[in-house]
Amino acid sequence: MSAHIPSFSMILGIYHVWSRNMRVFRKNYKVNSLPPFVEPLLYLGAIGFGIGSYVGEVDGMPFVRFIAPAILAASVMNASFFECAYGTYVRMYYQKSFDAIMATPVSLREIILGEILWGATRGLISAGAILIILSILGLADLPGSLLILPLAFLAGFLFAAIAACFSSVTPSIDALSYPSLLYIAPMFLFSGTFFPLSLLPQPLQIFAFIALPLTHVVILSRGIMVGDAMPLWPVNLLWILAGIVIASIIAVKLYEKRLII
Amino acid sequence: MDRIIDAQNLRKEYGSLTAVDGVTFSVKKGELFGFLGPNGAGKTTTMKMCECVSPRTAGSLSLFSLDPDTEGKVIRSKIGVVPQETNLDTELTVEENLLVYATFFDIHPDEAMSRTDELLEFFQLTTKRTTLIEQLSGGMKRRLLLARAMINQPDLLILDEPTIGLDPQARHHIWERLLTIRSQGRTIVLTTHYLDEAARLCDRLVIMDQGKILDEGSPQDLIDRYIGMDIVEVDNTPAVKKCLESQQIIFESAGEMVQIRTSSPRVIADSLLTECPGIRVISRPATLEDVFLLLTGRTLRD
Repeated sequence: MSAHIPSFSMILGIYHVWSRNMRVFRKNYKVNSLPPFVEPLLYLGAIGFGIGSYVGEVDGMPFVRFIAPAILAASVMNASFFECAYGTYVRMYYQKSFDAIMATPVSLREIILGEILWGATRGLISAGAILIILSILGLADLPGSLLILPLAFLAGFLFAAIAACFSSVTPSIDALSYPSLLYIAPMFLFSGTFFPLSLLPQPLQIFAFIALPLTHVVILSRGIMVGDAMPLWPVNLLWILAGIVIASIIAVKLYEKRLII
Repeated sequence: MDRIIDAQNLRKEYGSLTAVDGVTFSVKKGELFGFLGPNGAGKTTTMKMCECVSPRTAGSLSLFSLDPDTEGKVIRSKIGVVPQETNLDTELTVEENLLVYATFFDIHPDEAMSRTDELLEFFQLTTKRTTLIEQLSGGMKRRLLLARAMINQPDLLILDEPTIGLDPQARHHIWERLLTIRSQGRTIVLTTHYLDEAARLCDRLVIMDQGKILDEGSPQDLIDRYIGMDIVEVDNTPAVKKCLESQQIIFESAGEMVQIRTSSPRVIADSLLTECPGIRVISRPATLEDVFLLLTGRTLRD
């Protein structure tokens, strides 16, 4: 079977699923376009400017400049993760959209990859919104910071694929709060987001490097946006790319196990 | 190509549960073919295998002479499916539901728009074009599901309980539309547990129960074969029973009523009315319901 060779018809199927979601998103653009702007402003205001005034400098830069790239990275994570955890689950379980699409030539594998691609797009949209704000506040150097957009897309892809793994096995929508609480929330706090990773005990540093993908995204974002050192950037990038492939394959397999019965 | 669907000893097992227990049937081109059976008979599971969304456990199955296991994509492009459970896209309008569904079949947007116009007209939904799904009545949702299933101009239409929960007007509208669709040369397969629906629509049907096909034929053929006569129904009272026994008439107790199968309903009715005055006597031709109850019994199903 040509399971892993993407054919033209497969790419087309993925695109159709993606564009269905895009269409719904655009219909509700007034509701959907505000949160990506508001959320980072809250964090920047409270933590960056508020707490930051006590903190002073971190790694040789003002605290608010230190956390700005991390807030962008975390917003990409949240947008993509929640889209493919809750959004995908609602479409699969409550709206029965997958059943409807599976009766057409589009296969379940294409549906799931389309969902993940859409989750990545949500991350990209968030990154774009935050980049505008950060540029206005002088917290992102242009045009070099534009490189954050392709990174945000890859990071979004990764978090969307991870989320799809969770939504494929969750017994109910309420149970999705477990990965949110036990994985996403700690990742938000302990991935070098609000303080340098080097402050953590060494075993935790290693854990963050291996198991918390946001760590890699934060390192790369900070390197791109404020010129922080990122000596291991090929490793960071490789982790993200490998994570995308592995999580996507697992998500597709788990969804096939759940829905093709 | 005469046979649209061909199934031989088709089986579906979920763990230790056998949902479909070796069924053999074939559907010819242009036919309106029905699966009649009580809840849990295995009708929906059989449909899902034909729709190439659920793989079979054993047996052989082909649609358009293609194997669902390997040619699912091609087969699905030639069929239209109306599911039992409404799965319209609630975030979209009536028109958008059709347009978006068309994209899954790679139908060009211009073509999709003209087909949408036609289908909305055909199913009398034109005035609801920009309405959101949640504002539609049950009957409208069913009609839209049918319209959606027709967007790829399918050779085969598979409908799982197409008129479930609808009022008589909506049912008649759908029946009429289905007969029109069949007259265009398309093949239709439907499941139902409404006997009037099966009797009225189906050219041929199978009666299914507990995963097996009990019999097959046209509605009239089945009635002639199993009942073959008219039915007289009388109140189930001791006096009636005594009277029937004294005249050596064979009868069957069915709850509140006693049923007599006979080729001379008038004679029996007259004699009963003379012998036991004041009772209620109904004489009627046999229906598919009589065949159905004869074959599947009167025990309640979940």
